[in-house]
Amino acid sequence: MTATHVVDHIHDEPMSEVALRSVAIEALLAEKGLLTDDEVRRQVNLMDGRTPADGARVVARAWVDAGFKARLLADSRSALAEMGIEIPAETPHLTVVENTDDVHNMVVCTLCSCYPRMLLGRPPDWYKSLAYRARAVRDPRGVMAEFGAAPPADAEVRVLDSTADLRYLVLPRRPAGTEGMSEEELAALVSRDSMIGVTDALAP
Amino acid sequence: MPAAHDRGGWPDDTPIDRSEHEYSDWERRVDAVHQVLGQQGIRTTDEMRRAIESLPPERYEALSYYEKWTAALELLLIEKGILTGEEIDAKTAELRAQGL
Repeated sequence: MTATHVVDHIHDEPMSEVALRSVAIEALLAEKGLLTDDEVRRQVNLMDGRTPADGARVVARAWVDAGFKARLLADSRSALAEMGIEIPAETPHLTVVENTDDVHNMVVCTLCSCYPRMLLGRPPDWYKSLAYRARAVRDPRGVMAEFGAAPPADAEVRVLDSTADLRYLVLPRRPAGTEGMSEEELAALVSRDSMIGVTDALAP
Repeated sequence: MPAAHDRGGWPDDTPIDRSEHEYSDWERRVDAVHQVLGQQGIRTTDEMRRAIESLPPERYEALSYYEKWTAALELLLIEKGILTGEEIDAKTAELRAQGL
């Protein structure tokens, strides 16, 4: 692949100097045979295809199937495999935590941006922001209030700090008034932000 | 004072900017390049973190997320002898000349 091939895939302008350097680096790596355009494109498509809908499907299953929920909380990898979601061996460990009336979990990565990309896709900008990383551990309820959420006043709030080796997914509380809803209908209530723990799931 | 990347608990009262941007092509690709190089054993997540965390504080705070990834990638590839800074400078100039 030549630099010209890379240029064909980039439709951003104007690009910052650093952004342009990323294109230059990819072109040089391709010229040296260290990666191919196909490999990069496959990876881009793979990540584009991962969305919070994947995580929402898992949460909805856990809401309707107590056995699945128990297995998911105990060993996410094998529980996800039951749903046909295969987590590659090199993917960091995923721990699923459950929000209840007594405990509210909220996830951050204070050092950078670690996130359960397998189930939620690329993280939102705010998750990576300096403000969220600083404030999530100091004032989680204040942060949640900005997102329009308020866990029960007497609930214990736990802030979980992700690492390169350990990621978290929050199982939000199942909203009231959802008895009898199908798994698919329930999944539509599971917002991305509720799986990070900054909000609750949507009301029906 | 903790290092620039170690943000947990910093006295920061800035409201969270919840606006989100659609990722640009170059951002998607630099993300993918990192993953592909990881799969090939050319770089690890820990090396990547160390490289990002070694950026000077003013650069760390000024660069966007994927600009930091790019700076880290450049640092690692030069460190490993895979690319030189001169090669990257020259290729960047070539791309600029092509109108990017």
